[in-house]
Amino acid sequence: MTSTHAAAPPNGDRRTAKQKIAVRLEPWLYSAPVLILIVAIMLVPLALGVSYAFRDIRLLNPFSGAFVGLKHFRELAGDGAFRGALVNTLWWTFSSVILQFLFGLILALLLNQPFKGRALAQALCFLPWAVPSFLSGLDWAWMFNPVVGPIPHWLYALGIMSEPSNILSDPETAMWGPIVANVWWGIPFFAITMLAALQAIPKDLYEAAEIDGAGPIERFRSITVPFLAPTMAISILLRTVWIANFADLIIVMTNGGPADRTQIVASYIFTQAFRRLDFGYASAIALVLLVLLLAYSMLIVILRQTMLSRH
Amino acid sequence: MTRKRLILTVLHRLAVLAYVAFALFPLFWLLKVSVTPTSLLYTEGVRLWPSQASLEHYKFVLTHSSFPTFFLNSTIVSASTAVIVTIVSSLAGYAMSRFVFRGKYWIVGLLLLTQMFPLVMLIAPMFKMLSPLGLTNSLTGLVIVYVAFNVPFATFLMQSFFDGIPKDLEDAAMIDGATRFTAFRQIILPLTLKATTFPVGLLSFVSKFSVDFGQMMAAGVLALIPACLFFLLIQRYLVQGLTAGAVKG
Repeated sequence: MTSTHAAAPPNGDRRTAKQKIAVRLEPWLYSAPVLILIVAIMLVPLALGVSYAFRDIRLLNPFSGAFVGLKHFRELAGDGAFRGALVNTLWWTFSSVILQFLFGLILALLLNQPFKGRALAQALCFLPWAVPSFLSGLDWAWMFNPVVGPIPHWLYALGIMSEPSNILSDPETAMWGPIVANVWWGIPFFAITMLAALQAIPKDLYEAAEIDGAGPIERFRSITVPFLAPTMAISILLRTVWIANFADLIIVMTNGGPADRTQIVASYIFTQAFRRLDFGYASAIALVLLVLLLAYSMLIVILRQTMLSRH
Repeated sequence: MTRKRLILTVLHRLAVLAYVAFALFPLFWLLKVSVTPTSLLYTEGVRLWPSQASLEHYKFVLTHSSFPTFFLNSTIVSASTAVIVTIVSSLAGYAMSRFVFRGKYWIVGLLLLTQMFPLVMLIAPMFKMLSPLGLTNSLTGLVIVYVAFNVPFATFLMQSFFDGIPKDLEDAAMIDGATRFTAFRQIILPLTLKATTFPVGLLSFVSKFSVDFGQMMAAGVLALIPACLFFLLIQRYLVQGLTAGAVKG
């Protein structure tokens, strides 16, 4: 684009110069509202938040606010609860994403077949997505409770549990509560994106493959998977980052307990900020999480780039 | 061959049925708790339907609490958020799709960055920034913040939507594009509505009435009805809209 400008005749009159500026400015004018909003409402507070990580910021304490350097990060290095939260975050994020993705993909494949009542089935299967996360958390916490919910009694009847008890209060199983709720809530996201990608595959490809004698598994492997791959990669990447930051269900269902066994980094930040009102320390943790997620995303993007260039 | 096909068909329907049941059961449970009288809440907690259903929680929520006010506020906030997000993000999405300009990749990077950190980190600084402007504790402040939170994803969606319309067809598409754009608006709107409708109202509601679960669930069900109806109506556009964006590969 710059080269075309350089090639323009130097004796062009003022009017075209003005027009040139207008042409250059046009995309910026369109983007301006979004940029102003994001910079003012997200980036400036983010920069402030980053600065809090190096300061002593405690709400309700008027004498706090001093610069403390790397104190929070030194504290963080020796914080056992934080290390536990890191491990729990990996566990929470990857089991949620993998299960959401698998069940979402299966649902998309099921809904991609024409059958009577498909529109209704699709609408009902996608419904959990319309439920606010906060309400889903409450609802599932309720269902896991043996006094007011059916799930423990079903598990007992199936012989999986020796007596109807609350999995959310058992440190060994507590994490499965929020994960199940998250899978229920997140299947529609993957199903919607995968179904959209499936419907974009040209039908004649399948017909041609069938004539060539390719079986259903062969067709799935050589047509469906390659066509879905780009959508899968992007949606899994975005979803992973999003779920790692997603603490609503955990805060509502277990509050990080029992014994910190469901505490993830995002909920730990929440605890530090709103229970201890220590915004300085909370910001330091958030900064570490941000760096880790950025590194993860870069890794995925580079991997994808090298895979694309190999083809 | 036909027998094999029949078995496959039956398996397919059973699988779909299992998904529908899994999706709906928690919603059914929400409804069940909301119509169980407080006196039976714990004694009949495990039954699929209480021996006596009552609307007492609904009556209470609608007449003796501030739920109607919260609900109205939520509606105002989410409707204004949705309208502003749609306008603002379609402008930016159009620019990203139709122009090649320096700084475009910086904008993309900026939008991606906003998706990567926990929003909790912003609350304290944001409060500090907005309170001198008198925007804390006001619906306007809430709308501004929600718009900013929702705009990045909406911009990406809009960009892929515009990418899906061939550039040389732009003029011609203006005529039939009106209908496609309508379909698209129906995606952005529900996405934003879903993300913003209740957390506010319901959270404040819960902090005030956290003792009574029946009432809480009744409020939840009431808040869900419009959202679910809306979502049922628009969800097919969601798939269509994404397909339209993905077609060009």
